[in-house]
Amino acid sequence: MTLLDYKYADTIHRCFRCGYCKFPVNWMDVNNCPAYARFRMETYSCGGRLWLIRAWLSGEIDWSNHLAEILYSCTACKNCEVKCPLRFNVDILNMIIAAKSEMVESGRIPSSVKEFLENIQRQGNPYGHSRVKRGEWMEGTEIEPYQGHDLLYYVGCVGSYDDRAQEVARMLGKVLQKARVSFGVLGNDENCDGNEVSKLGEETLFEMLVEENVAQFKKLGIQKVVTLSPHSYNAMKNDYPRFNGSFDVMHYTQLLKSLISDGRLDVSAGFDAVVTYHDPCFLGRWNNEYEAARNVITAIPGIQLIEMERNRDSTLCCGGGGGNFYIDLLGGSERSPARIRAREAHAIGARILAVACPNCLTMFEDAVKAEGLEEELVVRDVSEIVAEACGIM
Amino acid sequence: MDSIRQALAEIVGEEHVSTHPEELYIYSFDLGTTEPHRPDYAVSPRTTEEVQGIVKLANKEKIPVVPLGGGLSLAGIAVPFKGGICLDLKRMDSIIEVNEKARYAVVECGVSQARMCSYLEKHHPSLTHSEPGAPGSATVGGNIAIHGQGDLAQPYGFNSDMVNGLEVVLPTGEVCRFGSCAIGASWFTLHPLPDLGLFLGWGGTTGIITKISLRLFPRKRIRGVGLFVVEDEELVPEIMYKLTQTQMAEDIIAFSQAIPPLVSGVQHFTINLAADSEKELEFKQEIIWDDTLGEYIRSGAGGFLGFSRGLDRPAVSKTSDWRKGGGFEYVGSIMPIEKYPECYRRGREISERHGIPYTVLGRCIGIAHAMMFSWTYAFNRADAETVKQAREALHETDDLVLELGGTIWKPGLYGQKLVIERLDPNTLNLMKKVKQLLDPNGIMNPGNWEVSQ
Repeated sequence: MTLLDYKYADTIHRCFRCGYCKFPVNWMDVNNCPAYARFRMETYSCGGRLWLIRAWLSGEIDWSNHLAEILYSCTACKNCEVKCPLRFNVDILNMIIAAKSEMVESGRIPSSVKEFLENIQRQGNPYGHSRVKRGEWMEGTEIEPYQGHDLLYYVGCVGSYDDRAQEVARMLGKVLQKARVSFGVLGNDENCDGNEVSKLGEETLFEMLVEENVAQFKKLGIQKVVTLSPHSYNAMKNDYPRFNGSFDVMHYTQLLKSLISDGRLDVSAGFDAVVTYHDPCFLGRWNNEYEAARNVITAIPGIQLIEMERNRDSTLCCGGGGGNFYIDLLGGSERSPARIRAREAHAIGARILAVACPNCLTMFEDAVKAEGLEEELVVRDVSEIVAEACGIM
Repeated sequence: MDSIRQALAEIVGEEHVSTHPEELYIYSFDLGTTEPHRPDYAVSPRTTEEVQGIVKLANKEKIPVVPLGGGLSLAGIAVPFKGGICLDLKRMDSIIEVNEKARYAVVECGVSQARMCSYLEKHHPSLTHSEPGAPGSATVGGNIAIHGQGDLAQPYGFNSDMVNGLEVVLPTGEVCRFGSCAIGASWFTLHPLPDLGLFLGWGGTTGIITKISLRLFPRKRIRGVGLFVVEDEELVPEIMYKLTQTQMAEDIIAFSQAIPPLVSGVQHFTINLAADSEKELEFKQEIIWDDTLGEYIRSGAGGFLGFSRGLDRPAVSKTSDWRKGGGFEYVGSIMPIEKYPECYRRGREISERHGIPYTVLGRCIGIAHAMMFSWTYAFNRADAETVKQAREALHETDDLVLELGGTIWKPGLYGQKLVIERLDPNTLNLMKKVKQLLDPNGIMNPGNWEVSQ
């Protein structure tokens, strides 16, 4: 491909590399781009990436595995788009994803990305675990397969396969049962939502996944979906309609907020702790939902909610987006975004780091251990906090 | 493996040194029109000791070292013209101390301007520093190394006049301190020790500034910007003099630009006011708008367009998108204020001759002791012809600055040559001696300020 063929050939040179993209909205530091925070080389900033893409497409530099890793270290957290003051900012991430697509097309991608995509193609999940084990997370629960229920509870890949996230998936199921919500799950028939596939630039696989999911949802008569993961929520809310898949999609924190305010969930058992909440990128910056989880948390007696300095649209991504919870191009350092974030939560005196995303959950669980903070900071999903406040745990 | 690379990795850690084509490509560029030159190594140190280790190695091996802050000078000052080590100093970003009573902050050189602002706003809300007009990613160290100015220039002058102390790694590897910190006292004053004056304004050619004590100033509770316009550029100098006579403003800028066309040719003033109470603000507003500028308003020569509370962070990078081209560069000058009309007219002519929408700006420095007057030329990074036009316009403007009796602020290579040609021979000779003494192997940012040639 040449620059002429590149979809954003008329735009990509417009990045001046002023560096605004590195900052949070409140300007407090230059390390709000997770990859830049990790490596602190200009190449890993958003502007650096855009300049490198242009140089690659124009032949000034050649493809290399290092170039691919620089691109794939982008977590698609959208901090750059929120902060860039220029008019083309809405396309910044698309410029990076389009370059990733070119790498996918030509098969020149990091081995971990290749493995991630192949696993999804073969087994419908990035871990490469068997499709027929996808529903094992619900063993021992009374969660029902979807059969015309009011709601489909879509669990997603991380909630289905990761041990810790499975606990959260089960707990949310119990909470929904406690509220007498009519819901069912797809179990082994659930497939990857495709959000990360899209952000990794594998358009063909993404389209295939979405078309399969949309067809399945329609066949089962599904109209309403509640997702465990903000990543699933984002894909189903914003991408599926392009494939004739318009469903009433909500993230579980939005549902819990309604259930509490409607009186269907009694959280009066309370939860006695100092809690800080980490905004997931695909709920916050991608979908402008900052308050639902906070409303849930503050509705629970006993909780003292304190904010990290970087919150809402200034949040530092956990570093797990864009497939990085698996491909792990940002790990292995005290400067890994999740470890920075864990230290921030600890520094403000929080005892609980509350999350609303299974990717964030797994990233922070590892980060807290790596920081040696297990005795002082506990990572809990909002659904687990609600479960305790409902007397389930 | 390259032994130099290996040695650098041993100093800063493997992750903070690169010889990958990607890093060498990115660090070859300035954001303006200067032609890129690739370094051989990109290195990102965290501590003074690491900088010291790198410089000792470079001096021993006679490898150029180019210190880089935010990389926003736009004049090519941090382009590695002769290869070597590009030293990205932005990891050195600790705010070490803020002394509220003596009103100073000791910071590492790579602290960004925006972080400095937000840190003070949060932790020391009664204090502020002079924030430059550059994007917030510009660094404190980079700014003083080029004699930058900021939004307190009118009462307090250049940012490099606000330095209370420095820590510098010399080109031969010694770490030196200047000011009261040099005798083990706190970093509260640069004076009255003998003035060495060897690093400010040298653009990293005499050493690497690693720590700075920067003066802070009272931050008043209410800050805002008033907008005033006149059509006649001849009125700008006298208005600036009158405004500075009041000593009421924190920042006074006059500017004019071709975009949007409706206001092309109009001279705009932004006048920053600050107050601790509504009463103080009202008093200052009355002095400025009624007593000082009232005569222009009443005669119809000028107009008051309102006062808005709050200061926006500089958004200068928007200029880069005027031609949807991602690029601009400007010539900055330090100029007598009386020259504003001619600067405006001649600059506008240069812009129009090169088909570039004109943008000029004069920021008052001191009590009208001078102004930083800039001529900005936007270009399309994807169109080599517009880059060439901008470069030609910049060179013509460098010539113009000296013709009008000003000095070029942070000149690029072309401007440096013009300045060196005009330097008093004895001054030039002293600069040569200083450079030779400090940097006997010529490793520091070679290409820039080549006074020895």
